Amino acid sequence: MPLRTGLEKVMVVGSGPIIIGQAAEFDYAGTQACRALREEGLSVVLLNSNPATIMTDAEVADRVYLEPLRLDVATQIIRAERPQGLLATLGGQVGLNLAVELSRAGVLEQYGVELLGTSLASIQMAEDRLLFKEAMERAGHPVPLSAIVHRLSEAKDFARRVGLPLVVRPAYTLGGTGGGLARTYEEFELIVARGLKLSPISQVLLERSVEGWKEIEYEVMRDLGGNCVAICAMENIDPMGIHTGDSIVVAPTLTLTDRENQKLRRAALDIICTLGIAGGCNVQFALDPRTGQYCVIEVNPRVSRSSALASKATGYPIARVATKIAVGLDLTEITNPVTGATSACFEPAIDYVVLKFPRWPFDKFRGANRSLGTQMKATGEVMAIDRTFEGALQKAIRSAETGADGLYLRELASQDTSSLWQALESPDDRRMFIIAELLRRGREVMEIHALCHIDPFFLEGIKRITSMEARLMEPGALPGLLRPAKELGFSDARLAAIAGLDVEHLQRLRWEQGIEPVYKMVDTCAAEFEATTPYFYSTYRARENEAVPTGRPKVLVLGSGPIRIGQGIEFDYSSVHAVTSLREAGLECIMLNNNPETVSTDFNASDRLYFEPLTAEDVMSVIRLEKPVGVVVQFGGQTAINLASEVAKHALVLGTSVESLDISEDREKFDRLLTRLDIPRPPGGTAFDTTQALAIAHRVGYPVLVRPSYVLGGRSMEIVYNDEDLFEYMRSAVVVSDRHPVLVDRYFEGREVEVDAVADGEDVLVPAIMEHVERAGVHSGDSIAMCPAQSLAQPLQDTIIDYTRRLARGLNVRGLMNVQFVIKDNQVYVLEANLRSSRTVPFLTKVTGVPMVPLATRIILGASLASLGAQTGLVPPSALVAVKVPVFSWAKLTAVDTGLGPEMKSTGEVIGVDVDAAEALAKGFLAAGVNLPGAGTVLLSVADRDKPVGVELGRALFGAGYHLMATRGTARSLEAAGLPVETVAKLDEGSPHVLDVIATGQVVLVINTLTRGKVPQRDGFKIRRTAAEFGVPCLTSPDTAAAAVRAMLHRKSRPLAGPVALQQYEAVGRAHRSTGS
Amino acid sequence: MRGRLVLEDGTVYEGRAFGRPGTAFGEVVFNTGMTGYQEVLTDPSYCGQIVTMTYPLIGNTGICEGDSQSHRPFVRGLVVHQLCATPSHTRMIGRLDDYLYGHGILALEGVDTRALTRKLRVHGTMNGAITSGDAPGEELVRQLSCQGPSDLVAEVATGRPWRVFGDGPHLVVVDLGVKLNLIRYFSRHNCTVTVVPPTTPAEDILDMDPAGVLFSNGPGDPADAHAAIGTARELLGKTRLFGICLGHQVLALAMGARTFKLKYGHRGGNHPVRDLRTNHVQMTAQNHGYAVVRESLAGLGVDITHTHLHDATVEGLSHRRLPVNTLQYHPEVGPGPNDSEHLLAAFLTSLGGQAPAQKAPEFPAALAYQGE
Repeated sequence: MPLRTGLEKVMVVGSGPIIIGQAAEFDYAGTQACRALREEGLSVVLLNSNPATIMTDAEVADRVYLEPLRLDVATQIIRAERPQGLLATLGGQVGLNLAVELSRAGVLEQYGVELLGTSLASIQMAEDRLLFKEAMERAGHPVPLSAIVHRLSEAKDFARRVGLPLVVRPAYTLGGTGGGLARTYEEFELIVARGLKLSPISQVLLERSVEGWKEIEYEVMRDLGGNCVAICAMENIDPMGIHTGDSIVVAPTLTLTDRENQKLRRAALDIICTLGIAGGCNVQFALDPRTGQYCVIEVNPRVSRSSALASKATGYPIARVATKIAVGLDLTEITNPVTGATSACFEPAIDYVVLKFPRWPFDKFRGANRSLGTQMKATGEVMAIDRTFEGALQKAIRSAETGADGLYLRELASQDTSSLWQALESPDDRRMFIIAELLRRGREVMEIHALCHIDPFFLEGIKRITSMEARLMEPGALPGLLRPAKELGFSDARLAAIAGLDVEHLQRLRWEQGIEPVYKMVDTCAAEFEATTPYFYSTYRARENEAVPTGRPKVLVLGSGPIRIGQGIEFDYSSVHAVTSLREAGLECIMLNNNPETVSTDFNASDRLYFEPLTAEDVMSVIRLEKPVGVVVQFGGQTAINLASEVAKHALVLGTSVESLDISEDREKFDRLLTRLDIPRPPGGTAFDTTQALAIAHRVGYPVLVRPSYVLGGRSMEIVYNDEDLFEYMRSAVVVSDRHPVLVDRYFEGREVEVDAVADGEDVLVPAIMEHVERAGVHSGDSIAMCPAQSLAQPLQDTIIDYTRRLARGLNVRGLMNVQFVIKDNQVYVLEANLRSSRTVPFLTKVTGVPMVPLATRIILGASLASLGAQTGLVPPSALVAVKVPVFSWAKLTAVDTGLGPEMKSTGEVIGVDVDAAEALAKGFLAAGVNLPGAGTVLLSVADRDKPVGVELGRALFGAGYHLMATRGTARSLEAAGLPVETVAKLDEGSPHVLDVIATGQVVLVINTLTRGKVPQRDGFKIRRTAAEFGVPCLTSPDTAAAAVRAMLHRKSRPLAGPVALQQYEAVGRAHRSTGS
Repeated sequence: MRGRLVLEDGTVYEGRAFGRPGTAFGEVVFNTGMTGYQEVLTDPSYCGQIVTMTYPLIGNTGICEGDSQSHRPFVRGLVVHQLCATPSHTRMIGRLDDYLYGHGILALEGVDTRALTRKLRVHGTMNGAITSGDAPGEELVRQLSCQGPSDLVAEVATGRPWRVFGDGPHLVVVDLGVKLNLIRYFSRHNCTVTVVPPTTPAEDILDMDPAGVLFSNGPGDPADAHAAIGTARELLGKTRLFGICLGHQVLALAMGARTFKLKYGHRGGNHPVRDLRTNHVQMTAQNHGYAVVRESLAGLGVDITHTHLHDATVEGLSHRRLPVNTLQYHPEVGPGPNDSEHLLAAFLTSLGGQAPAQKAPEFPAALAYQGE
């Protein structure tokens, strides 16, 4: 079928901010979708609140609305733009939900908008538990037997009929509180009785347990003509019970026979036909390894995280093809862009092993519950490709950048075996390492299999790795085993550690033996056809190298690896733009990255893509092969920056020099530079032990900010108020050593300001000054940033630009730099300078229209700002105010304190833009999911030092008609100020207490500021956690609270302002200025 | 033990030998299926060939009960990237290496199979020698050129008729190297199936009073299957005929068409084929090195019903007047995707049999799945 007639304009809904469970994969999908639509000559209107994405670039869609993903906003846009079609299956669950809302509200019908691709009825059938179960039963596909019961006797009947084990899930309790797995009838009665009591409607769901079964997924595709294909089969190494997002996954399946594989494939295709899917779809099965029996677990009627993985694993552009199908094309009418010759109506043949390894945030959240279950906890993932399972596994572990250079964790080596067994029983993120440790201690594969149900195939693979370690440890064994060890995926660093050599020595030994990797192609067809846009992976277990370098001059760009807190999608944004600019400059551009979710690893983003770990060794191997004229490190976040000095040994680092990078990161050298440049910074010093730390603290005065040197995202950063806390920090929070001292700095509670600049060694271009709403002490990534700065006098702005320029000259910065300042008593201090792209670059690029990365890239290649015709200094601010609001994933991270501090905790961000600052702030809050209710009760519980602010906020809220509720101390201060307030009991004062009022939905907003110091604040912590779990917005910084109150009052006084498209920013700003003046 | 694969142009691929040591000669072909090595090895159509699997991990599930397509492997040799040293599966009855050893077949592992595949893609299918011995490469190449033609169909087909009884219609299968899945399919649906040697004269077949005759898959050049072509020609118009793979080519030749050799054949489970009558595209399992010349069908009263989406080769035929239908690919699967089972069902129905419901098993039925 050709493109459907009458279709000219299509609205695409993005997925909004990055949160756990919904990450960068939708940027990749959305970008592909928008491009695919425009290829068909369609005009594209995009709605997405996430400024950090490629898809929200002005060049990707005809109209880009960086506005809240809400029914009212979407309706306004539809009214203004009048699209004929809505594409909602590429924006994750958020996009799908918005489409459903629009349809239910009658908006689609009213404006004649057709939902493209999978119909609403199909979506509902796939998403509604009961409808889905009925549809599956009609089509003859088994689903886990289940029943909803209200009485223990009913439950017992069901159990007798289907047998144990059964999963018990009480209805309407959060996170499945009170549920569990019952293996015996005694357990069963106990759990059901408890569940019935805990469920507010006395209802529990009983489901046949498929725990321990294999979890197999199929990515399938169907067109409107009914053709369907299975793109990729994936096998979770972790059996049922661990969320697939937290599972280690291989593709294709490695432990199934053809018969099992074909049976599940057929079932997956039957299911999408039954549901009437048009586009991409993910079908999950549980397969009983003992009987071959299967059941259908879930269907995602849209492009998902798994489809991003499947797409990168096979080379098949799923999002692109799904989009073409949605606008009416048949699979046979779409070409496979990888081969350029064959059609998209085929199933990729893989001739390698793909392994996905999740990246968890537990390194940042030391208190978090790291055990894995049905709730996803990973923030991102990496993908590794090799010709063997072992090679792929070891590569993936290196790619995850958790500090492990192989399947070995020092912390486990010291644990006794019984505690390791215990740890394996309730699996956490370290289970592969635990298995390796147990095998190292001589435990049997079948013993481990019996406990964790991981297929023996994978356990044997791990055993081959540990057995090789044992052989390597024999004296004199290393030289003869070097090749087999490399074939098993051992890194040079790990081999050196095992052999007790230094890495350089080992590397020399390896090169002397001529052991180097070769590179093979991902080509969708197992070499059956020639490929035109392939990508590459390394392997040691082969002879022929297919990645033959071209004769063109080329540049290698290092990507940023997995999405994690502190290093998110923003760095992929910069990398992609750098690659584009380099290609425009006529250079061949080689990308090296390992993140399957991102645009940078898309098949046509660069001239050549290497899907490899971002470690010194792996980067070096590519450099030795490709011999690039230079390597670009400043766009790949700290990951790439950390590789700069190693890269410099083998290739030219383009842009800012490695020496300058070192100065900016070395505390002592940076201090000397600042002194030389006459730039003030908060006083402080470097401590190698507790005595030194105390001495520095006494010299500069409390409070002090303490952190280990060389950190990312403020890891282990704390504000310390007294000797006792400092002592405690030095003792427990960090491992201090000669190589890793602790930095102790005076902490100024001032205004925090940040700039990103493009520098050419002489001058700087600063698109805007960003002012943080929260005072210094809250990590910049967790702060609300306003752009342009709202309260900075001109002299202060001039000083900031002057300091930035001095730093750029002093460090001879060529490319991007980010400088953070604190302003205290009208004095500007520099906090830090990062000579690389930053989190705020995409935000600023969109808001100011300054193409920061392209300019920086040109400068890296030798141009100057002047030669590029760019202005210098601070760009005159626009009349538009843009607000960047952080977004957190509290609901997924149980037991994490939601209080903000110097450690970054947010996973994503949204933007609010308007000519009015308060409106922009309101849009930002709404986009971040903080509802601004027009009425209701606000709960205040603030620390003593914040009582004055509390009173101010209380007064404002009361004046606007809100009801106030407070814990005793706060209530007293409010009463003293003459405000009527309802006092609520603290936890130890008996029920109903403060947690009950949150849990029962009596309050619409919680303001709970943090008490100073490290005294465990059980009440505060519980208040914050309860708010997170019941979805009540909870603001923990008095400044955020003040901003939110301001936005709430603004919202009450005015209806929501109309949405503004990115392409209209300049015109709107100009118009506002001319009417205003 | 070291082993080598030597191609006719002198290229040598080294690896570790497993299975039975020795030397074997054959046509070197690649299969792109990611699962199904056991079915491939035991598919008689691979007789005379040294097969390399493009998927790098082979042997993971060992040899499983009920998955073989004949009583023994017919490949001349097997070349893989990595043999799984620790296979496991609940239906496993043996290891791949032991199985090959037991049947006297030599295999290699540790070969850069992707390089080999690329070679075959560029140069086309080549003959080769697989050896665990020390004979110099030139010597093996010389021996290769002396290999005379062998009657592959005779090697794999049954020597005398055999029968499986059922209550349904009677189907005669002319065995050119039939896969068990084909027999299983009709037997499962209650047909009486008589499998006859490829040299069986037409009158003997008609004497059995079949509801239809199926020409099976099999190895080698269809033009060499003189006896079967003759039989087919005589049967045209006298009974319902169905051909699969080599059977399709034999029927096409019997109807007056010609065949040609493909550069490197179609072997794998991801071949898209368009049904020209419905315009639907389905994924098919394929294993053939020859194809019917499209132009040679002109004026024969035959319609092309199926074509390959990639290279437009003929994948299915239907005679306009006579009850003759053929498929170049494998609707009976084992290995490969089972999208085209309805075509087997249609043939079954035309014989007067009970067409199966196109549904996956119900939940209780799934419990009984084990071992089938």
